[in-house]
Amino acid sequence: MTRPDDAELAGLLRAAMAGDERAYQRFLSMVALRVRALARRLTAPGGGVEAEDIVQDTLLAIHLKRHTWRQDEPVLPWIFAIARFKAIDAFRRRGRRVELDIADFSDTLAAPESEAISQRDLGRALDTLSPSQKAVVASVSVEGQSIAETADALGMTNTAVRVALHRGLAAIARRFGER
Amino acid sequence: MKTDDLIATLSKDARSTGPSVTTMLAGGVAVAIVLAAVAFFGMLGPRPDIHAAAATPRFLLKFVMTATLALTALASAAALSRPQAGARVLGLLLAAPLLLAVAVLAEMMLVPMPDWPALWIGNNNMLCLVFIPLIGFAPLAVLLAAMRRGAPARPRLAGAVAGLLAGGIAATFYAAHCTDDSPLFVATWYSIAILALAALGALAASRALRW
Repeated sequence: MTRPDDAELAGLLRAAMAGDERAYQRFLSMVALRVRALARRLTAPGGGVEAEDIVQDTLLAIHLKRHTWRQDEPVLPWIFAIARFKAIDAFRRRGRRVELDIADFSDTLAAPESEAISQRDLGRALDTLSPSQKAVVASVSVEGQSIAETADALGMTNTAVRVALHRGLAAIARRFGER
Repeated sequence: MKTDDLIATLSKDARSTGPSVTTMLAGGVAVAIVLAAVAFFGMLGPRPDIHAAAATPRFLLKFVMTATLALTALASAAALSRPQAGARVLGLLLAAPLLLAVAVLAEMMLVPMPDWPALWIGNNNMLCLVFIPLIGFAPLAVLLAAMRRGAPARPRLAGAVAGLLAGGIAATFYAAHCTDDSPLFVATWYSIAILALAALGALAASRALRW
């Protein structure tokens, strides 16, 4: 049985996958709320794992793996399976890191409301991209330009911008995996 | 980066492009079969008496078992490539071992006990242990590459199943070369060789299927 909120989310994701950016923004915002609630229950304050890290990792994974959702099935079990996988990943990674680097651990204790992906992390992730991918990700992500505006500014086709953005986001996701 | 900024960035890339997991896996299987065929015909080739052998039930039964393994492993691999896959999909994988167990019991009833050791050890056990993994190695790499399109919540398990699939494909070819047709031989040596590929798949998957 599909719940009403599942049907709404599924409808939004279907529209998004067909190219509707506003539906996608709304979908991701609703997913962020749900995953944040879940992540806050899982993470104790000072436990070394930031709830917001799990939220952002999950959103990125949902984005990069959205084709693994079958459009005729409920979407919430799929979302929570990804959130669960990313939460486990975050705890495992942190567990290793706490043993290696205690100074780092106290840093996260001291910072109450840190932005999950630090500008330095983002900068390092951007450095691993090709120049054109870097220009596209910077234009869309940092300057907030649309795909069409970016394509115009960089003299690329819309499709080329989409591909570069997609690869850039995938590279950032990989960079997170190594954190 | 704030989560809202991340959402704004991701939403610009809304449209989903590229092949589905199923399409990728189907393509991977097709390439894997071609690579296994190249390796098989390049290194071994079918046994000389294959036409006579094709009339014997034991020879044919080998293909039923290896094909059953390959098909059930393929279905499991497709299911495990999606994050919400439960453990239920693994029930499928029991089909090939059950079939093999029935065949072994039948063989033990049909053949007198003093003949068992010769059938069990066979003539080609080392060949079997070497060539099934050798034929299946490139197919395993291709299948893992195809499965990177998926999102397995249990990457190592998905990798092991990819190994079973590669092993099933490799064993189907190898069975056309091998003159040991007794289920006693198949249950032992084929199984060891295929499980080695499954172990390799599980090992490689912790890197290859990370996402």
